[in-house]
Amino acid sequence: MENRIHIGHRNDIPRLGSRVVQTEQGEIALFRTADDAVFAVANRCPHKNGPLSEGIVHGHTVTCPLHNLRLNLENGQAVAPDEGCVEQFTVHVDAKGQLFLTM
Amino acid sequence: MKEKLICIGNGMAGIRTIEELIKLVPDKYEITVFGAEPYVNYNRILLSPVLSGENTIDDIILNEEQWYQDNDITLHKGHTVVSIDRGRRQIQSDKGLTTNYDRLLLATGSNPFIIQVPGHTLPGVVGFRNIEDVDTMLKVAIEGKKAVVIGGGLLGLEAANGLLQQGMQVTVVHLHDTLMEQQLDEAAAALLKNALEKRGLTFLMATETAAILGENQVTGVRFKDGLEISADLVVMAVGIRPNIALAQQASLYYERGIVVNDTLQTFDPRIYAVGECVQHRKQLYGLVAPLFEQAKVCANHLASLGYSRYEGSTISTKLKVTGIDLFSAGDFHGNKNTDELVFQDPSQGIYKKLVIEDNRIKGAVLYGDTLDGSWYFQLMRDNVDISAQRDRLLFGQAHLGDSGYSDSQTSATLMSDATEICGCNGVCKGTIVNAIIEKNLFTLEDVRLHTKASGSCGSCTALVEQLLTFTLGSEYSDSPKTKPLCGCTEYTHDDIQRVIREQHLTSIPAVIHFMNWKKPDGCHVCRPALNYYLLCAWPGEYQDDAQSRFINERVHANIQKDGTYSVVPRIWGGMTTPQELRALADIAEKFQVPTVKFTGGQRIDLLGLKKQDLPAVWRDLNQAGLVSGHAYGKALRTVKTCVGSEWCRFGTQNSTEMGIKLEKFTWGSWTPHKFKMAVSGCPRNCSEATIKDFGIVAIESGWELHVGGNGGIKVRVTDLLCKVESQEEVLEYCAAFIQLYREEAHYLERTAPWIERVGVTYVQERIVDDADNRQQLYEHFLASQQAAQKDPWQERATEGVAQHEFTFLNVGTSQSSATDGGA
Repeated sequence: MENRIHIGHRNDIPRLGSRVVQTEQGEIALFRTADDAVFAVANRCPHKNGPLSEGIVHGHTVTCPLHNLRLNLENGQAVAPDEGCVEQFTVHVDAKGQLFLTM
Repeated sequence: MKEKLICIGNGMAGIRTIEELIKLVPDKYEITVFGAEPYVNYNRILLSPVLSGENTIDDIILNEEQWYQDNDITLHKGHTVVSIDRGRRQIQSDKGLTTNYDRLLLATGSNPFIIQVPGHTLPGVVGFRNIEDVDTMLKVAIEGKKAVVIGGGLLGLEAANGLLQQGMQVTVVHLHDTLMEQQLDEAAAALLKNALEKRGLTFLMATETAAILGENQVTGVRFKDGLEISADLVVMAVGIRPNIALAQQASLYYERGIVVNDTLQTFDPRIYAVGECVQHRKQLYGLVAPLFEQAKVCANHLASLGYSRYEGSTISTKLKVTGIDLFSAGDFHGNKNTDELVFQDPSQGIYKKLVIEDNRIKGAVLYGDTLDGSWYFQLMRDNVDISAQRDRLLFGQAHLGDSGYSDSQTSATLMSDATEICGCNGVCKGTIVNAIIEKNLFTLEDVRLHTKASGSCGSCTALVEQLLTFTLGSEYSDSPKTKPLCGCTEYTHDDIQRVIREQHLTSIPAVIHFMNWKKPDGCHVCRPALNYYLLCAWPGEYQDDAQSRFINERVHANIQKDGTYSVVPRIWGGMTTPQELRALADIAEKFQVPTVKFTGGQRIDLLGLKKQDLPAVWRDLNQAGLVSGHAYGKALRTVKTCVGSEWCRFGTQNSTEMGIKLEKFTWGSWTPHKFKMAVSGCPRNCSEATIKDFGIVAIESGWELHVGGNGGIKVRVTDLLCKVESQEEVLEYCAAFIQLYREEAHYLERTAPWIERVGVTYVQERIVDDADNRQQLYEHFLASQQAAQKDPWQERATEGVAQHEFTFLNVGTSQSSATDGGA
C-alpha cells in the first residue's frame, strides 16, 4: 500500500528554490521550478553526497552546491557529460496547490 | 509562410552561418544551399593533412547529408550559381535551376590565383584549394616523380610538404627572397627554410616563372633567368582572390571583395556575405577563426536579433606542417614607434620576437618554441599592459611566478601520460588527451566539462591549453576574443554590465528577456553574475534575488563537505576583547561546535553547525555584539592589521585604528569576488598588506596604498597605487578603488587578474590623477553602502527574514492513497 503524505503547500517552496522534508528514508528535497512544477528527489548528490536542496535551480535542473554536478529533476539523471542518478519520489499537487508525497 | 533564405556556397563560412542561425531561430527560414563542389560541407583547412596522407577525405567531412535532411535544408551540390536578379530576388544555377529568395547569403569563398604564363592551362597544373585539386595531385604523386610548387607562402609550403610526404621530389619557387613573408620576419623565415631543406625540399628563391612547358601534359617549368627544370606536376599556390564574380554580375558593390558593413550586410540590404569573398573595413580574411566570428554575427542579424557587430579580427597563423613549430600574429615587422624583444638560439633552432608599442604586444613571431603563442596572442588581443613583466616576457608564461609550477613542469607535451595536470580534480595528461580525441573536444570549456581538468582553481589552464594545441594542432581554436558570460548568452560580461545600465534593466528576468537569453531562467553560472551586476548598478533599487545566490550567500554561512555550515563573525581590524572571546566560547559549547579554528584573516571560525541551528547561533552572537563577517561572500572580507604604533617599537602609524575604521566603513559591500584588506604599521609589513586586494603600509609621512595583491592560487604582489597623508584620504581612496573594481571588473574576477587586464596605470588615472572621478566613485560607494550595511544575521535571527531556509517542511498526517484500495 502506498502512503500519501501531506507535506505542505506549493507556496511553502520559493520559485526556483527548494525545501527539505525529513523521512525515515532520509532527507527528500522538493524543488519548485519557474513554471511551478514540483519535483522530489533524495537530498544526496550522486557525486559526493552534496545536499542538492541547496543548489541553484534553473529550468528543470539543479546544480549541486559542492562541485557543480547538474541533475535533471525530470528523470533523476546527471546532465551529460557528468554521470550518476538519484532516487526520485512522486509528488502530487492538488488543485489548491497542496503537496502530497508518495512513499 | 516561412521566409526563403538561400546560401550560395557550401563551404565553412556559409554553413557555419547556417548552423549559428539554426541555433538561434530553428524555424524562421526555409533554407536552400547551393554548392559548386559535388561534396557536402568539409573542413578546407585540413586539406593539407589529406594531401600528406595524415587524414582521409572522410575524416574532414563536417556535415553529412543527414545533417542537411535533419534540418530541412535543401542542398544543391554541384550547382554553380551563375546569376542573381536582385529586382526579382531570384538566382539561377548553371544547371538551369531558378530559385527565389527573401534573403540571400553569399559565401562564395575565393579562387586560387593562377599566374597567366604560357602553359598555365596544361593538364597537370593545379591550384591548392579543394578536394578536386587534392585528388589531381594524389593521382600524379608517385614515388620519384617531380613536383614544382609555385609560391613559398603558407599554402605553398603546406602543399610542398604534403607532396614530399607522398614521395615526390619537390621544388618550391618563390618570388621573394624570404619564405612566408606575410607571416614571418627574415630571421624566422631563414630557420624555416633551413628546416624544410633538411627534410628534402629544394628552394628557388627570388625566382620568377616565365612559362610552363609541355604539349599535352606538364613536362617542366622555365624561369625568367632562363633556367629550366622538369616537372610532372605544377601547383600554383601564389595566393587567393575573393570570388566576386556574382557580385560583379549583379552590380553589387565590391572593391577587392564584396563590401560589407559590421553586420555583414552588403549594399543590398537583402543580401549578406561572409567568408573569404568579403571585404570588411578594407580587410580580407582567409583564415578560419575570423570567418567563424563573421558567421556568428551574420546569423544574429539574419535571425533579426540585430544586436551583435563584427569589428574585425586579429589573426594568428600556425603552419600545418607536422614537426615544425611556427607561430605568428599581428604586426611583427614593427615601425619607428615600436620596440623589439628578441630571443635567439640558432643551434637549438629557437627564435622568438615580440613587437611592443607603449608596453603592449603588437605582434609576435615564434619559431621552434611556440608553446606561449596563444598566451602572447591573448595579451595582444586584450591589449594588456606588459610593463611589469617586460623583462621576463620572452621566457613565457611559466616564468611569471605561478606558485607550485616549477620549470620542469611547464611543457605539457613532454610529460608522461600519467603526469597529473589538474591537482584539484586529479586528472592526468593521458585522460585529457584521450578525451580530446575520443569526444571531439575543441575548446577549453569542452575539456573542463568532460574531464573537470582546470575547472576548479584554474591554475593548470595553460597546461590544458597546451594539450589542446598539441593534440589538435592548428585546429585548436583559441578562446574567442569576446568570451560569452556562459552558455545561455553570446554576450560578454562587459556587454551585460553596459546594457543593464544603458537600458535601466532592474531585474534578472528583464535582462534575460531583453538580451534574448537561450534559457528562460539562465543557469547557475549567469544568475549569480546578473544578480551581482544588478545589485551594483542599482543599489537600494534592485531587489536581491536569493534564488540566484550561491548557497553560502543565500544563508550567510559557508557550506562544508558534509552539508554543515561554518560561521565567522566579524572581528573588527582583528581586535577582540575578553567579553567577545567568552561569548564565542559559550556559544561553541552551547551548540556543541565540533571545530573552532583561527582563520588566516585574524578571526575565529565555528565549524560544523547544522543549518537549522544557524538563526539561534546568530541571535546569541548578536547579543554579544558580534555580526556577520561575510566570510562566505563575494564581499568585503577581513581587514587584517598589525599592532602598529600603539605598542610596536617600530610602528609609525596607528594601524589598528586605521584597520577598524576601514572595516566599519566598507563592511557589507558586495564585490565581484572576495575582497581582502590589511593595514601594516610600518614597512616591515607584518600584516602582509602587499598580497591583499587593498593593502595599506604606514610610513612616517603617511600611508602607502597598494592594490591588486593575491596570496592564493597565483601569488601576486600588489602594485603601489600612491601615497597619501591622512586617514581620511585612505578611506576616500579605498572607497574609490573598491567602487571602480565593483563597477568594472567581471563577476568572479579578483582584483589581481583585473588589474593585470586593465593595467595599474588605468587605475591610477581613474583614482589618483583624476580627483573628480575619485570623488564620484567615492560618492557612489557611500550611496551603495547605505543600502548594504545591514547585518544579515540579525535580519534572519530576530527580524524573521527567510525563515523557510532554516526549517523543514512539516510532515502532516499520512493518508492512504485513494487510488490504492486497502489491504
